[in-house]
Amino acid sequence: MKLITAIIQPSRFEVVKDQLARVGVKGVTVTDAHGVGRQKGHTEVYRGHEYTVNLLAKVKLEIAVEDGEVEKVIDTIIRGARTGDEGKIGDGKIFVTPLENVIRIRTGEVGAVAL
Amino acid sequence: MFELLTTASDLAVGLLGQAPAAAAPAPAGEDFVKKAADLMSSPRVIADTVWVLITAMLVFWMNAGFACLETGLCRRKNAVNILSKNFIVFAISSVAFWMFGFGLMFADGNPFVGTGGFFPALLSGDPAVDLSPLKAAEGYSGIFDSLNWTGVPLGAKFFFQLVFAGTAATIVSGAVAERIQYKTFLVFSFIIVGVLYAIPGHWIWGSGWLGAPSSGYAFFDFAGSTQVHSIGGWCALAGILVLGPRIGKFRQGGGVNPIPGHNMGLVAIGTFILWLGWFGFNPGSTMSADPAAISHICITTNTAGAVGAIVATLVAWALFKKPDFSMTVNGCLAGLVAITAPCAFVSVGGSFIIGLVAGVLVVFAVQFFDKVKVDDPVGALSVHLVNGVWGTLAVGLFATASAPSMGGAVDNVPGSHPAAGLFYEGGIAQLLTQLKGIGSVAAFVFPCALVVWYVLKLTMGVRVTPEEELEGLDIGEHGMEAYPGFSKEEGREAHSAGAIAPEAVEAWAKSSGKKGALARP
Repeated sequence: MKLITAIIQPSRFEVVKDQLARVGVKGVTVTDAHGVGRQKGHTEVYRGHEYTVNLLAKVKLEIAVEDGEVEKVIDTIIRGARTGDEGKIGDGKIFVTPLENVIRIRTGEVGAVAL
Repeated sequence: MFELLTTASDLAVGLLGQAPAAAAPAPAGEDFVKKAADLMSSPRVIADTVWVLITAMLVFWMNAGFACLETGLCRRKNAVNILSKNFIVFAISSVAFWMFGFGLMFADGNPFVGTGGFFPALLSGDPAVDLSPLKAAEGYSGIFDSLNWTGVPLGAKFFFQLVFAGTAATIVSGAVAERIQYKTFLVFSFIIVGVLYAIPGHWIWGSGWLGAPSSGYAFFDFAGSTQVHSIGGWCALAGILVLGPRIGKFRQGGGVNPIPGHNMGLVAIGTFILWLGWFGFNPGSTMSADPAAISHICITTNTAGAVGAIVATLVAWALFKKPDFSMTVNGCLAGLVAITAPCAFVSVGGSFIIGLVAGVLVVFAVQFFDKVKVDDPVGALSVHLVNGVWGTLAVGLFATASAPSMGGAVDNVPGSHPAAGLFYEGGIAQLLTQLKGIGSVAAFVFPCALVVWYVLKLTMGVRVTPEEELEGLDIGEHGMEAYPGFSKEEGREAHSAGAIAPEAVEAWAKSSGKKGALARP
C-alpha cells in the first residue's frame, strides 16, 4: 500500500476531487496548507510598508491506495491539477510514500481491506 | 440591599454635594421655579431635548464604531482584549464623569476649574442648584452657568456631555492596543475622564479662560476637535511613548514590519458607524433643534468626511501604488475630526478644503509616526491628534459670516461665534487665538498624561510580558479567545507579516530590562 500526498493549487481542487471520484477513489483527506517552491511569493503593501507573502495557500490531499492503483491516481491528479495544457509554476507536487498499515476504526479491520 | 446602595449613593450626592462655595443666589421677583417647570412642556424645550438626547445616543453608538474599527485593524489574538477595552471604557467614563468630570468641567468655580457639582443629582428645579431649562436671559440660576445657553433639562446636558467625554477616552485604546495591561487601561480611563479631559474642558466649554475670557478673543471649538480629539490624542501619544512599540514592529537596523489587521469587514462597519455617529456629534453640539444650523452642520460634516476619504485614498494610491483601504477609512475619520471644531462656522466650500487637507495630512502622519518609531496600531494619532489640531486652526482660517451659526457677523463674540477667518477677511486674530488654545491644552494634557502613565508604569506596570504579547492578550488578559473552535492562526501569521526573529524578542527583553522565558541567559 502507498500513501499519496498531493500539494495542489486551491483553484484546481474541485476538478481534482471530481476526477478522483470518477476513477473510483474511495476516500481522501483534505487539508489547507501553505507552501513555497519555485513559485515566488507576492508583495503586499500595508499602510505604506511593503512585505512579501512567501507562503502561498495550497491544498493538500492524502490518499491511501493499493500498489496497483498508484499510477492511475497519480495520472488523475496530474490531469486535474495542471493549469492549462502545459501547466504553470506553482501547480504543486505529489509525494508517494510506503504505507505500513491501514486500520478501519469502526470494525478493527486491518490491511488492504480497510482501504 | 438595594436600599443600602442607593442610600450610599445619595449620601455621596449630599455630602460631596452639588454647590460650589458661592452659588449664585436665586433671583428675586418672578417665580422662576414655576417658570422652569412650565417650560418643560413647551414645544421648544421638547424639541430641543429630543434633539440633544437623540444626538447623544448617536455619539454613544460611536463606541461600537471604535470597537469594530480597532478590533479589525489589530490581530485576531488580541480581539477580545480590544473589544473589552472599548466596551468598558464607556462604562468607566460614565462613572468618572458623573463623580468628578462633569463638576470639574461645567460647574461654577474659577476660570480654570469647576469647584462643585460632584456626584450630582442632576435634577432641575432647585434655584440654588439648577433651574434648567431656563436660559440665562430667562432667569436661570444655579451652579452650572456654563450650560445655561441651552434650554434643556440638566440631565440632558449631562448625558450629552458624558458621551463626548467617553469618546475622548476611547481614542486612547487604539493607540495602546496589543501590548497594554487591561487593568492599567481601566485606571487611566478613569483619570482621563475625571481630570485630564475635564479641566481643559472647563477652560473651553465650562466658561473658563479660553472660551469665556474676561477680555480679548474667545477660543472656539464647536464640537471638540481640540477638546475631544486632541486631548484623546495627547493622552494616546503619551501612552505610546511610555509603553513602547509592539514586539517586532520596528527592525533593529531600521525598517518597519507591517502588522496587518485581521478583519477588514469590522473596519468597514466600524467606520460607517463612526461616520453616522458624527451626525450626532457635530449637529448635536448646537444643543438645540435649530433647523438652519443643524442642517448646515450635517452638510459640512459629511463633506469633510467624504473628501477626506477620497483624498486619502488618492494620496495613498499615488504613494503606495494601491488604494489601501485602511488609509481610506483613516482619511474619512481625519476629515470628520478636522471639521469637528469649525463645522458650524464654515461654508460647504470651506468644509471641502478642510477635508481635503485632512486627507493629505493623515497619510503623511502615518508615515511620519512610523519613521520616528512611534507605534500606533490604528492611526489614532494621525487621525485624532494631528487633525484635531488642524481642525481647530481651521476655525481661524475658514470661519465665515454666511454660516448660520455666525449670524452674519464677522466679529468674535464669546459664547456665540468666532471672528471670521483669515481667508474671509477676518484677519489673523482668531487664528492666533486658536493657536493659543491648542498650545495651552497641549501644555497641560501632554505632560500630565506622561506623568500619569509613568506613575502607572512604576506602580502597577503598563505593559504585558513579552510571552503574553506573543501569545496574544486574549489568553493572557482574559483567558479566552475571540474565535474559539476556528483553526488557529499559524505561528507566522499570529505575529506579523514579516517574520519575528527570536533576536527581536531578546532585544526587546534586554532593552526593557525584563526577563522572560524567551530571554537568553
